[in-house]
Amino acid sequence: MDFELSDEHRMVERMVYDFARNEILPSIREHDRNGTFPHELLPKMAAQGFMGICLPERYDGAGMDFISLGLLSEGLEWADSSVRETIAVHLGLHALPVFQWGTEEQKERFLPPLATGANIACFGLTEPGAGSDVAAMTSRARKEGDTYLVSGEKMWITLSDVADRFLVFAKTDQEEGTRGITAFLLERGWEGLSTGTIKGKMGVRASNTGWINMDEVPVPESHRLGEEGEGFKIAMSCLDNARYTVAAGAVGLMKFCLEASVSYARQRRTFGQPIGDHQLVKQLIAQMKQRVDLGELAVRKVGWLKNRGMRNTRETSMAKWYCTESAFATASDAVQVHGAYGYSDEYDVERHLRNSKSAVIYEGTSQIHQLMQADYEFGNRTDRPLRCEMPAYDPAYWQS
Amino acid sequence: MNIIALVKQTPDTAQLSAAMDGLMLSADGGPRIVNPWDEYTLETALQAREEHGGKVTALCLGPPEAADALKTALAMGVDEAVLVSDPAMADSDSLASARILVAAIRKIGDFDLIVGGRAAIDGNTAATAVQVAALLGIPLVSYVAKLRNLDPSDRTVTAVRLLEKARETVTSRLPALITVVKEINEPRYPSLIGIRKAARADIPVWGCEDLGLDPSGVGAGASGVVWRTELPPVREAHIEMIDGGPEDAARTLVDRLMEEKVI
Repeated sequence: MDFELSDEHRMVERMVYDFARNEILPSIREHDRNGTFPHELLPKMAAQGFMGICLPERYDGAGMDFISLGLLSEGLEWADSSVRETIAVHLGLHALPVFQWGTEEQKERFLPPLATGANIACFGLTEPGAGSDVAAMTSRARKEGDTYLVSGEKMWITLSDVADRFLVFAKTDQEEGTRGITAFLLERGWEGLSTGTIKGKMGVRASNTGWINMDEVPVPESHRLGEEGEGFKIAMSCLDNARYTVAAGAVGLMKFCLEASVSYARQRRTFGQPIGDHQLVKQLIAQMKQRVDLGELAVRKVGWLKNRGMRNTRETSMAKWYCTESAFATASDAVQVHGAYGYSDEYDVERHLRNSKSAVIYEGTSQIHQLMQADYEFGNRTDRPLRCEMPAYDPAYWQS
Repeated sequence: MNIIALVKQTPDTAQLSAAMDGLMLSADGGPRIVNPWDEYTLETALQAREEHGGKVTALCLGPPEAADALKTALAMGVDEAVLVSDPAMADSDSLASARILVAAIRKIGDFDLIVGGRAAIDGNTAATAVQVAALLGIPLVSYVAKLRNLDPSDRTVTAVRLLEKARETVTSRLPALITVVKEINEPRYPSLIGIRKAARADIPVWGCEDLGLDPSGVGAGASGVVWRTELPPVREAHIEMIDGGPEDAARTLVDRLMEEKVI
């Protein structure tokens, strides 16, 4: 057993944290206040290789492993959740699924512009009336010749107004529930496709969140991902990727809140001593550190499972549930340590608290994850092999 | 052109609080980083190579752990990296360090340009690179804020120096040594592909024997500089309350300030 990061991982960690400190932190508060998307960051992230960090070099990726993807997510969310969300969605929910489920032709065609950031991609599963209950979706696709006509509305879609590539899910068979769902790769500019932005979010205000409207969008068969009816399995496997980045990101958010709280508790004095000398503040700090350590262990284990090509749906769900709930508690405690100042957006912990609430809702609410964990225990849920499994990380393949 | 970038590994001064033992760094010294000024060194060297072709060699003197700084240099894009490390070299002052670096530079071979940072953030002497230039007998252009013209065919470099109240443009013949300030560029981050290559790199380590140096000529024993750390003297202060109405109090205050020669 080895808990040590490799030289490569440590360098990735340092570079990502430097990037977050120098490129994201200085401007993110203004973006958050104004609800603007930090477009200027995308080319910088792309130049660093972030957009395709764990895609193989043959598809213009950086050829790194899943631990590196976790470190990237952690470092970005240390600064702000919204920036990590871009990686979660673009890479976790779109590019990696194309890598896992796409034909070789699709991979060669779609992955290089995603890996280099020339294309930005998003994922459309949720609908106004169908979130956790995926089978309730009403988006539909009917086939005419070798073209599908896709109609429906997707809601709460991260990057909807920024992306040029869309992985959306629609029912090709209305009678079949989840087995009637098929995945499609749409492109901005196609007839009948429009997007918009949702305003008034509590947090992740520097992320773009919105809707996708599809009105008989003609989608060529070459843009169907996987087989007809395979969409639900694809969507769930997408979540195995993205939930990992969400969990890792939550660890980064907790690390920021802990560092900020320790620093503040050293400086701020009450009753003649630093507040860090008061036992109840010490307790808050100790609990934060406990969550950071346990969250990091959960995330690293999932990264290890992914590197080995082992199924990790349950472990990823556990890490996502634990880390996002812990991040919400930690950000709340950090605001408490900062007192009234923590309640002001002059301090980053306020933003982290608002941001942290989103992740206990999206990508499976905490309640869904608890149901999943219990169902595994009762034997009501097992993970069957998929037609296309995510392969184990093999440097010889990834770096060629 | 052949460029040598002088790189030092230093403590991370942003994270010193956990690494202090009184006034000195604790034994492990806390997290260590590439000397921030040397990030500008590396960027200057890399840009020169990108414009004129050739090779950048990063050269670092330090303990074995300093190889980490060279890995960062490799991840940023330098072609080769050499660590000069030997227990006998520990605690060398700037002149002893310069002697070691000069021996290493001679072993590297032909060079057109040596780049260093204006200082290292630990010792902050800003002397080592100057002494390297002097020992090599090549021109030194310090505090460079801009490389106006680097001409390998004409064998000259024209640089703008950032001085306290002026900017000075200097043209020097090559080979030369320049030290750079942070105004010169925006250092790149190591790229992911660069990190991957750097993590696998085998960095050669040269000791006294490799460089033909007598161990007694380097290290603490061969250093003239003695470091001593003292706190600034404690300032005595006391508080005096002045009673009375505003006018009387102001008058008394002015008198007292004049007595104390404050005004």
